[in-house]
Amino acid sequence: MDTVRQAARRALEDRLEIRLAGEGGQGMILAGVILAEAAAIHDGLNAVQTQSYGPEARGGASRSEVIIARGEIDYPKVMAADLLLCMSQEACDKFYTQVKEDGCIIVDSTQVSRLPSHRAIAVPFTQIAQETTGRRITASMVALGFLCGLTGVVSKQALEKAVCDRVPAGTEEMNLKALAAGFAEAERLRGNGSEPVCT
Amino acid sequence: MTIQLLQGNHACARGALTAGCRFYAGYPITPSSEIAEIMARELPRVGGKFIQMEDEIASMAAVIGASVGGLKAMTATSGPGFSLMQENIGYAIVAEIPCVVVNVMRVGPSTGIATHPSQADVMQARWGTHGDHPIIALAPGSVLEAFELTVKAFNFAEKYRTPVLVMMDEVVGHMREKVDLPDAGSVEIVNREMPSVPPEWYEPFGNPPSDVPPLAPFGEGYRYHITGMLHDPRGFPTERLDEIQPWIERIFRKIDRHLDEICMWEEDSVEDARVLIIAYGATARSARQAIKIARARYGRKVGLLRLKTLWPFPEEAVERAAEDVQRVIVAEMNLGQMALEVERVVGRKKVVRVGRADGQMVTPEQIVDAIRAPQPQAVSLRVAVPW
Repeated sequence: MDTVRQAARRALEDRLEIRLAGEGGQGMILAGVILAEAAAIHDGLNAVQTQSYGPEARGGASRSEVIIARGEIDYPKVMAADLLLCMSQEACDKFYTQVKEDGCIIVDSTQVSRLPSHRAIAVPFTQIAQETTGRRITASMVALGFLCGLTGVVSKQALEKAVCDRVPAGTEEMNLKALAAGFAEAERLRGNGSEPVCT
Repeated sequence: MTIQLLQGNHACARGALTAGCRFYAGYPITPSSEIAEIMARELPRVGGKFIQMEDEIASMAAVIGASVGGLKAMTATSGPGFSLMQENIGYAIVAEIPCVVVNVMRVGPSTGIATHPSQADVMQARWGTHGDHPIIALAPGSVLEAFELTVKAFNFAEKYRTPVLVMMDEVVGHMREKVDLPDAGSVEIVNREMPSVPPEWYEPFGNPPSDVPPLAPFGEGYRYHITGMLHDPRGFPTERLDEIQPWIERIFRKIDRHLDEICMWEEDSVEDARVLIIAYGATARSARQAIKIARARYGRKVGLLRLKTLWPFPEEAVERAAEDVQRVIVAEMNLGQMALEVERVVGRKKVVRVGRADGQMVTPEQIVDAIRAPQPQAVSLRVAVPW
């Protein structure tokens, strides 16, 4: 049995497939761009980011897919996710089947009430965001911090640099705070001995 | 230069600026709008002009005007806008005006699905405008190539006095990848030939040994006539048989005699291949993934011919690559368009079409299934599209 961290590291040797899914306006595409930039520019890995969204500016399904690898990346989309982040019930219902057997599902329990599996890791990202920054929109940064803290796919420093480069000017501090809250949540989970394992 | 995470549309705009593009006229449309956004920001900084026009018909007209005025000019659009541009693309072909048109393909027909990818405009690229005409169309398969092929497009346009189409799909246009774009100084840039004769001797549509007459910019003393009607060497309408046929043969010849330069492709794992996949744009990446899976998991000998030039169709490359294989799979985000050309070259029996038109990428699994299918299920679209 591997921990999520070991499974992610192993996948990285070939290709690590991450899907960030939610609704338009939740920042899923920005989160994908930040994750890809942290991996590709600051951590020296290879990364490709793609997105799929509807014509709406807000609402409607929106997702971002990030492939990270040590070598070249061919197919730029997720075939079966190693890591799936669901920020809405609809995203969860739609994508939980397209996850690898040893893949990891992380859901925002503020938004998702019906969990697809007892193995899904439920964290109230939106609630944490609200408490930490007062802005629900920073839930994507909390989730990103949690995802990276849990799996170790990119370093905290790399992620922080990418956040500062990509978020709107003047919001860096707020977003870093949200990110740190996500990392802290992951540390808490790992520290209390209940680190998730992949079966 | 610096390594960065860049979108295909961004790389395309950077390619245009590097190639010397100094005029952009367009009407924003998903999924091409980032190109307009970047050109609107960057062109004024380098002394260029950006105009947002009232529609795509006017955009193409403005591009033609700017090019005749002596600037390298472009526009970018998607299917609905590309349809509107067809008339003036024909005008640019007939008037031999260098320009670049980028089409970031989304699902059609008509308004289709604005945000989802497609490769279903590739035949429109060939025959969207009426009448016999040659055309050059390129299809980048990565963010870096969006830069490289946009530069090439400008170079071909200038060298051959013709519109050049960059047929990007939404996946490549919106995908972000790690790239290290080359410095401007290390990129080959071609500029149009100017007349070396005084204005009174100038023939804007003459028949020089190169088949590409020099192009004088308007406003520099060379007074000449430009028309969409078929014209004589001076540019005036003609119906003389001894002028029309030689003229149309020349505009084909100026492209055809340079197929070695214009037709670009890339081969991957073809040496021992029993099955050949032909693909372009983002779909070629599905194909490469499929080859890895088919070789590693099923021991199938599969290779890829990736087309970077769609038009003129690289038929010699296709013929050569397909010679010793049992099956040719043509994978594309449409229900079989370039497959028609492949069938023309290698015969229908060998060809399997793997396509889809639902706004999703052709998946590696889809291609692997076609590789493993006991019989090549040629031509039948329904059978070849299991999803």
